[in-house]
Parts: sequence; structure tokens; C-alpha cells
Amino acid sequence: MVDDDSALAEMLGIVLRTDQFDPSFVSDGSRALQAFRDTRPDIVLLDLMLPGMSGIEVCRAIRAESGTPIIMLTAKTDTVDVVLGLESGADDYVMKPFKPKELVARMRARLRHHDDVAGEALTVGPPDSPVSIDVQAHQVVRDGAAIALTPLEFDLLVALARKPRQVFTREVLLEQVWGYRHAADTRLVNVHVQRLRSKVERDPERPEVVLTVRGVGYKAGPP
Amino acid sequence: MSADEILSAHASADRASGGPLPTSAARPARAPSDTAPEDPQAGQRPDAAGPGPWRWLARAGRLTLAFLAMVGRRLVDAWRRSLQFRIGVTTVVVTGVVVVAIGIFLVDKVAGGVLQSKRTAAINQAKLGLSSARSVLQDVDATVYAEVADAQRQLSSVLAVGTVGAGSFDIVLSTASSFSPNLSENESIPIALRNVVRRGSLATAYAPVPRAGSKGLVKGLIVGEPIASRTGLFELYYRFPLTAEEQTIALIQRTVTLAALALIILVLGIAQLVTRQVVQPVRVAARTAEQLAAGDLSRRITVRGRDDIALLGRSFNDMADSLQRQIRRLEDLSRLQQRFTSDVSHELRTPLTTIRMAAELLHGGREEFPPELARSAELLDTELDRFETLLGDLLEISRYDAGVAHLESEVGDVRDVVDSVVDATRMLAQTQGSEVIVEAPDEPVTADIDARRVERVLRNLVGNALDHGEGEPIVITIGMDDDAVAVAVRDHGIGLQPGQASMVFTRFWRGDPSRSRLTGGTGLGLAIALEDARLHDGWLQAWGEPGQGAQFRLTLPRVAGHTLMHSPLPLDPTEQPEDDE
Repeated sequence: MVDDDSALAEMLGIVLRTDQFDPSFVSDGSRALQAFRDTRPDIVLLDLMLPGMSGIEVCRAIRAESGTPIIMLTAKTDTVDVVLGLESGADDYVMKPFKPKELVARMRARLRHHDDVAGEALTVGPPDSPVSIDVQAHQVVRDGAAIALTPLEFDLLVALARKPRQVFTREVLLEQVWGYRHAADTRLVNVHVQRLRSKVERDPERPEVVLTVRGVGYKAGPP
Repeated sequence: MSADEILSAHASADRASGGPLPTSAARPARAPSDTAPEDPQAGQRPDAAGPGPWRWLARAGRLTLAFLAMVGRRLVDAWRRSLQFRIGVTTVVVTGVVVVAIGIFLVDKVAGGVLQSKRTAAINQAKLGLSSARSVLQDVDATVYAEVADAQRQLSSVLAVGTVGAGSFDIVLSTASSFSPNLSENESIPIALRNVVRRGSLATAYAPVPRAGSKGLVKGLIVGEPIASRTGLFELYYRFPLTAEEQTIALIQRTVTLAALALIILVLGIAQLVTRQVVQPVRVAARTAEQLAAGDLSRRITVRGRDDIALLGRSFNDMADSLQRQIRRLEDLSRLQQRFTSDVSHELRTPLTTIRMAAELLHGGREEFPPELARSAELLDTELDRFETLLGDLLEISRYDAGVAHLESEVGDVRDVVDSVVDATRMLAQTQGSEVIVEAPDEPVTADIDARRVERVLRNLVGNALDHGEGEPIVITIGMDDDAVAVAVRDHGIGLQPGQASMVFTRFWRGDPSRSRLTGGTGLGLAIALEDARLHDGWLQAWGEPGQGAQFRLTLPRVAGHTLMHSPLPLDPTEQPEDDE
């Protein structure tokens, strides 16, 4: 948990402990990365406005070495900051003032482990260069090379790949991947589809694996 | 039916009194067509040369008239619009009048002088020849035709010897009783001149004279000279053709005309040049002003020199500078306000989050507290909700005030928005016991809308209606026409007092302070709704009557940026019979 407000951090600590989490705290952005390496957390809560190093930079730094889920805590309503945070690698965001239940729900959604069927293997993308997914092993391989995806990106790809012919609206993806019950910010989907494409596509400008269906949403490319 | 009779009587009386008038009016109208056969009306007469050519003429006439009218309109338009054109026309007209007057005067003077000198020379010529003529005519019998003719031939050769610069001439000799041998030549001598000469005095007259060496007549000067002899009175006429003088005068006329034309063109050119020098900077200033108005605040006029035009340019630039400074300051203020809003937002929200969590924790464990503490925890929780909403609304309003609210509009169906609003307010409607009825058209009601904002407006209106609806049904009507969509939310509650309809949008205004606040309204909802409507270039209006309920109508243009002229739904629902339940 990276936040410079000690009262909020303490309060969050109380709330999270009652929900069986074991939080550790950093108040300074510049020390966040070291703390991350030391504690190897399951999930990172990150305030966007931090002394030392901005939340965006911390986010980018953590993402550079790990796929650990990151949830941004943001008080800024300006849309630009949210998009910037998502683009720098955050999986989800919670707007202050948030209800603790909401935050915990978001965290649980990110930490949830799917009931992965043993040996489930999926294939998407063009026949000459398919993307193979080993769901249980959390491994994605294309052209013999393993692709490192964050858990969220992996979930997104698996959700699409499980039903290759189905078109998913952004709302459905929000529900299946992020666990939102009601309509939320569909930019989450847009940003993460872009990130996913940048990793799995040969040419992100001309996607073959995750296709856009104009006016509806996304679907997986034919296997 | 008596009224009918009176009316018809009036009508017939009118006809009777008006009877003679049309015929008398028609008579003068018909008169010109009788006298002027080129009148287009004449083409319709059956006895005319044939309807074809007349009709053709009439059409040609009409076309010409239409063409002239068009040209006239163009000219009038140019006159009104272009200073340059106006000055050009004025200059040409004024210069033209002056130059023509001067030209006429000049030509007249010169021609007069030329003719005068010719006349003087002619008279001198006549006087010079007097003695030799007299000697020739000494022995001629004036009454014998042959002798007179002979004398004329003789005189022709004698007088032609000594000329005094009056040019070539020929002579005619005549007597009281006999004419010159050539009768046709005699006719060219005016009677008035002859009468004067016969009375014994020398006289001149301008009259056509035969051209030297060819047939026909040219303008000329005739000098008549009486010569008394013992047999009677001879009249000797010298006929001077004025060919050379005419040529001189024509040359002068041509020269003056050319000079006048050149002068007019020169003056027009100068006028245009001068006007251009004045108009051009004005046009530049106008263009720059337009660019400034379009938002390009750094635009300035290039100033050269220190004349009046440069003064205009400098003043203009000063004005632009001052405007730019003001706008910059306002922009800075707005940016500051925006920063402030953003900072306040962040600074307030973080502690609020902590409080919120603490309150929730207390609220969650309230069963273990004594009753007072439990109630306090509940109050803390609900009031925190209100506080949060209020903070959100305040921040939203300040975003509008700072001018940083942006529309994210795309084409959407207003019915979908209304549906989601009805879904969102279902709980409240059940609590209030109000039924929410939606009257929507079957076809999609599409418009360029920011669905989030429109939904917020409508949720506010519906929440408001439920709040004041006193359990009566709430009717949401959706209307559409070519230019606009409208949503009206009607409740059947206590309604609005006269004058309150415009007050409801005032920030923190409450119709009745003693009324309970069921939805926990912040008092900013309608103010925000109004701003949202304005952001769409739309309207949000209220209607209400005591005891009749109230109606709020949101009207939005279907195409973003389109100016609203009317709403598809009436503001006053009592105008609609189906709303009067």
C-alpha cells in the first residue's frame, strides 16, 4: 500500500486486516519500488499523488519487473490522469472517497483465482502464427517464444479465447475480467486491450489476435 | 339572417358606387396602347399584325427589364457595400459634369473665335474687291441677263487675284431684277441676306455653299455687298466654304473630348488609388479584428509610418494588447480556479476516505454499541453520504464556473437514458409509492448527447419529482421533432407557487424549507442540471401550478451546436389533454 496520508494508511490497514489481508505500507514513492522487491506483495494499492516519485512512475517501474496486480487510488476526477495511470500499467482504479467494501471487492476480483481446468489449452490468432495459451500454467506462447502477460491481461485473453466466435461488449468484459457488477468505466477495457495487443500482436496497428468489432466490442481472432 | 342581408346590401352598394370608377380608371390606361403600338399590351389585340412578333417583343422587353433590374440591384449592392465603388462613382460623376461644362465652354469659345476671324477676313475680302467690282460693273446693264452673267464670269477671275487670307471663295452676282445665271446657286443665298443687301448695306450670313470642285453643299459663310451702278443695284455675294474651319473646330472638339476622358480616367484612377490607401488598412483592420474575435489573440496590424492610418493601426493594436492582457488574466484566473478545485478535491477526498472507512467500521459494529452510540454511528454514516454528494456537487459546479466542463457527446437514444434513469430510481419510487410512467415514441429518439450528463439531469428531475410527487404518478414524456428532442418530467404533487419556476434553478434554493428531504438533495442538483443542459446548448425549464404539480422539461438539439428554436413538447402540460388526468 503506497500512500502518503498516514491516517488513511492506518485506517486502510485496520479495514484490510479485518478482511484477512496482511498489508504493509510505504509513504514515499521513491521507496515504493524497494519495498515492493522486499515484500513481494500479491497486490499493490497505489496513490497517484505521492511525494518523491509520482504514482504513475512507481506504477511503470513495478510493471517493468512484475505482473503483480496494481489498483490505483485516485482523487483526481480528471479523465486524463485515469487514462495515464491505466496506460502506465495499473489494472484497475478506485476513486476517492471510496467505500471500503468497494475497494475490497476490487482487490478480491484481482486476486481471484479462476477454477482453471487442468490441461486446458487454447489457440487463437492466424493459423500461420497462432497464439497458444496453457491456461493452468498461465503461459502464452507465440512462434515458440513465451509472452509475459500480467494476470489481468492473461484473464482478458483467456476470456476472449474461450469463445472465439463470440463478440464481447466492453461491459461484458468488465464484468468477466474485472468483476464489476454494474456499468463502469469502459476505458479500462480499451486501455488494457491496447496493452495486450502490444504484447501478443505482430503488428498492434493491424491486430490478428484481439479484433475490434466496430460499435460492439472485441473478439478473439480465428484460431 | 338579417345581418346577411345587410352585408349583401353593403356589397351591392359598394359595387354600385364603385361601378363608374374602374371604367374611368381604365380609359387612360387604354389610351397609350392605341397611340403607341410598341406597347406589349397591343400584342394581345386580335387585329394586330400577328401575335407572334408582339409576344416575342414583350418577352424580350421583360427579359431586358429583368436584366436591367438585376444589374441595378448589383450596382445598388456594390454602392452600399464598397466604399471604393461609391467614391469612384461620385468622382466620375462630379468630374464628368465639371469637365463637360468646361469642354463645352472651351469648344464654344474657340469655334466662335475661328468663325469670327473668318468673318472679319471675308468682309475685308469683300471690301477689297469693291473698287474693282465697281469698275467691272460700270457698263453692265443690270436688266440684261446675258450681260450680268458675263460680268459675273469676269468678276470671278478679277476678284480671285487679290486674296487677303480669307481662303478660297466664289462669287454670285445678282441684280434686283435678274438672278445669277445659275439658278440653283441663287437659291443657296438666304432671302434675309438678300433683303439686307438690297437695302444697300454689307451683310454676312452662314448658309450652305457649294463645295469647291465638286457637287453638293457644305457649310459656308456668305458676304453680300451692294454695288450701285447707273443701271441699277448689283448684289455681289462672296461664298466662302467653311470646310477648313469646320475641320479645325472638329479637331478641337475631338481633342477636348479626349482630354476630358483622359482627365476623368485620371481623376478616377487617383480617387481609386487614394481610396485604396485608406480602404486597404481598414480592410486589414477588419480582417485582423475577425481573427482576433475567432480567438487568435496574437494577431496584430503591421503599422508603417506615422499618419492617420498608422494611428488607426496603433490604436487597434493597443486595443488588441489590452484585450489579450485581460483575457490572459481571466484565463490565468480560470486556470487557478481549476487548479484550486482539483487540489481541494484531492485534499478533501483523502481525509474523507479515512473518515468514511472509520464510519463504515463503526456502522458495521453498531450492534455491539449502546443505543446512543449505535444511532450516532448510523447518523455519521448517512450524513457522510450527504457530505460526499455535496462535495461532489460543489466540485462539479466549480468545474462549470471555471469553464472546464467538456461535453463528450455522441449519438445516443434518449429512450435508453430514460430507461436507465427509471431503473436507477426504482428503489426510491417504491419508497415514495409513486408509479413512474414513461410515454415514449416507438422509433429511436436519437440525438448528440453526453449520456452521462443527460442521465444525471434526468435522474435529478425524476428524483425531484418523486421527492415532491406525494405518491402520485410521475409521467416522463419523450418528444422529438426534426431539430430537437425533449424529455418532460411531470409530477402531481404540491406544484410551484407563482414565480418559483425560475427560482428552482438557484443554488441552494428550497421551495419549502420545512419540507423533509427524502433524497438528501444538496440544493445544487437543479443548478448542475441547468449547467448540463446549457453545455448541450439545450434548455431546462420548469412549470408549476399550486396543487397541479410541476413539470420540468429538458430540450436538447439533435445535432450538437444547433441553436434551439422550439421544443417538441409543451412546457405547460395542461395544454395536452392526455396529461390532464
